[in-house]
Amino acid sequence: MSTVLSRGTVTLDVEACKGCELCITACPPRVLTMGTAANRAGFRYPLLEPGCTGCAACLFVCPDFCFEVFRFDTPVATEVPA
Amino acid sequence: MTSIAVQSADRRLMEGSEAIALAAIAAGCRFFAGYPMTPFTEVLEHFARYLPDVGGTCINAESELEAVGMAWGALATGARAATGSTGQGLSLMQESFAEITLAELPLVIFDLARGQGDYFQATRGGGHGDYRHLVLAPVDITETVELTQLAFHLADRWRNPVLVYGDYLTAHVEEAVAVTALDFGPVPDKDWALDGSATGTGASRLVSPLGLAKSGAEPVGIEAHLRAIDAKQRAITAAEPRAESGYLDDAETVVVAFGSPARFVRAVVRDLRAGGARVGYVRPITLWPFPADVVADAASGVRTVACFELCAGQMIDDVRLAVLGRAPVVGIGGISTDGSGFGVGRLLDMDTIRARILAVHEGGPDAELPPLPDNERTLW
Amino acid sequence: MTIDTSVPPSDARQVGQHTPELLLTGEHHLCPGCGEPLALRCLLDTITDLGVTHRTIGVVGIGCYTAFTTSLDVDVVQALHGRAPSVATGVKRMRPDRVVFTLQGDGDMVNEGLQEVLHTAARGEAVTCVLLNNGVFGETGGHMTATTVLGQRTKNTLEGRDAGYHGYPILIGDLIARLDGAAYVARGSVHNAGAVARTKKMVRRALEAQEAGGFSFVEVLTMCPTGWFVPTADGPEYLHETLGEVHVMGELKVDGRVRSTEELRVENVARQREIEARLAAGGLD
Repeated sequence: MSTVLSRGTVTLDVEACKGCELCITACPPRVLTMGTAANRAGFRYPLLEPGCTGCAACLFVCPDFCFEVFRFDTPVATEVPA
Repeated sequence: MTSIAVQSADRRLMEGSEAIALAAIAAGCRFFAGYPMTPFTEVLEHFARYLPDVGGTCINAESELEAVGMAWGALATGARAATGSTGQGLSLMQESFAEITLAELPLVIFDLARGQGDYFQATRGGGHGDYRHLVLAPVDITETVELTQLAFHLADRWRNPVLVYGDYLTAHVEEAVAVTALDFGPVPDKDWALDGSATGTGASRLVSPLGLAKSGAEPVGIEAHLRAIDAKQRAITAAEPRAESGYLDDAETVVVAFGSPARFVRAVVRDLRAGGARVGYVRPITLWPFPADVVADAASGVRTVACFELCAGQMIDDVRLAVLGRAPVVGIGGISTDGSGFGVGRLLDMDTIRARILAVHEGGPDAELPPLPDNERTLW
Repeated sequence: MTIDTSVPPSDARQVGQHTPELLLTGEHHLCPGCGEPLALRCLLDTITDLGVTHRTIGVVGIGCYTAFTTSLDVDVVQALHGRAPSVATGVKRMRPDRVVFTLQGDGDMVNEGLQEVLHTAARGEAVTCVLLNNGVFGETGGHMTATTVLGQRTKNTLEGRDAGYHGYPILIGDLIARLDGAAYVARGSVHNAGAVARTKKMVRRALEAQEAGGFSFVEVLTMCPTGWFVPTADGPEYLHETLGEVHVMGELKVDGRVRSTEELRVENVARQREIEARLAAGGLD
């Protein structure tokens, strides 16, 4: 197991997402990946892994205003499989 | 520069173009945009000269398309605004005219036409869709002063464009007039006008031809919107026809004419009456809505209805529709212009008009008319 | 190992705005991966940041972005295709103390309305024209416009735009920069977060130039994966490598000086490196 620090996190409006994947490419630490589940409109939407820096690049590039971005007062540590 | 109040309150000789600008300003017009084109150009010149004096703006637009666009923007802020041209320039503005009507903006349009062949363009609307503009046709400069101001009033009252139809004579004949502000009564508040103050309040405004509404409000939808415009235009048709007429009671021949040529026709008819001929006339003042009731009444019991217009025959369609078979309708005008094509031709002459009226008055609707007089020269 | 993104965290502060304050709703029918909402966010957030909200009037042209007229919490007048600059002129002349912007696509501004924007700039009207440039007529299906670049695939240049058959693109930002009446001219892009951040600053400088009495122009290159026949995720790269290579990003005219394309290219490389470093460090603010 190893420890990943997350300096930030996001909330995602799943039903607003149109599955365009711009956020996937835009995320510098690469912590967004497309899931397999679909929302009511039939679009797949991104899932968040530990390691978010709260840089808000996803918010900047989302055409559907899906994201809220937050920065922790203290970074959160998460244990992940090595 | 002499204050505009002094310039316009004095009764003095002025050409129609100047009277239009001063009358518009007296009515509160504070924006004008146009593009030079004969015989409209001097209207633009006079607005350019006088509007800055009252804190208004006159812009020489880069083309007629932009002139009407600029007026559109000014109207959206709630200002009284106008544009104009001659028929050729108005042709360029037609898309905007149609959409401005759908956006229910009170545009005033001055058409200083090359003759009377812009009648269809003005009354049928040269643009797309089911829209109409009110059209006012002054007979002389004094009436131009009145109808220009009435145009702004009607435009605001109905939230519909109004076109003032003049010609070379309207633009350039000088008459002694005093331009004083006329009060036609109250008009609705412009609670739809934009000034930016509603931005960010959740109640911001939209001026649009499309029947849309801001999210959260129920949109009218394009079909309902178009039908509402149609209903409004039917109300205008009922309320606003205007005409002047004379000598109709026992007339055997009725002559119908509008605008500057009607001044000649009216004078000829007066002369003929003085000589005992039972001739009358109807002068539509609103070309739309056409005073169909007045023309229909005038045609009852009459032998001939004669249409005098300086074109191939456009108003005659409306006359025929109004008369609806009560009497034969014949055209006694025709295409007549000067060497440049901008002005008026030799047909606009008292003796020539008298001969044509007498031909049908004495010979009936099938009488042969004298040949049209020609221009002696061309300018080009 | 995913994190629950359905509820906000408790011991954290929010960064940025979910939806711009001046949008009544973030819902819209524009395509997945469309760049226009990103450009719109730059404009609306800047109006809010500058504190000019209650005296801003917008003039919107005809294109996909017309859909926003109903969700913009802005006093808006709808104009015809190409005709927004003249309408904006009329608005500003009657309300000189308001902030007036146009919002137009490349088909609208550079095809139908080329004359309007050039004359409005030349006259130095104190308005800000905003161009959403995706190199196609998006709303009618993705056909070539005057800004489509050589080699770009569109609905009617399926083999790529060919100079001999289709002629050359018009670089509208560069054209306007050379008009004396234009006070501030810039070209932004929304192909990545850094470009979006740079574009937002350009919009700010443009509105400030308007407040100082000059004409300003901001062109924003936006993705149109539908019009370009590319997968949505490839839109930004396609934008940067086709449109972005010809319509070069940067401030084209500042303080009366027209800047060369070479100067912009050099600056862009440096700025991109700088932005990547800042993003890696945790943010662009």
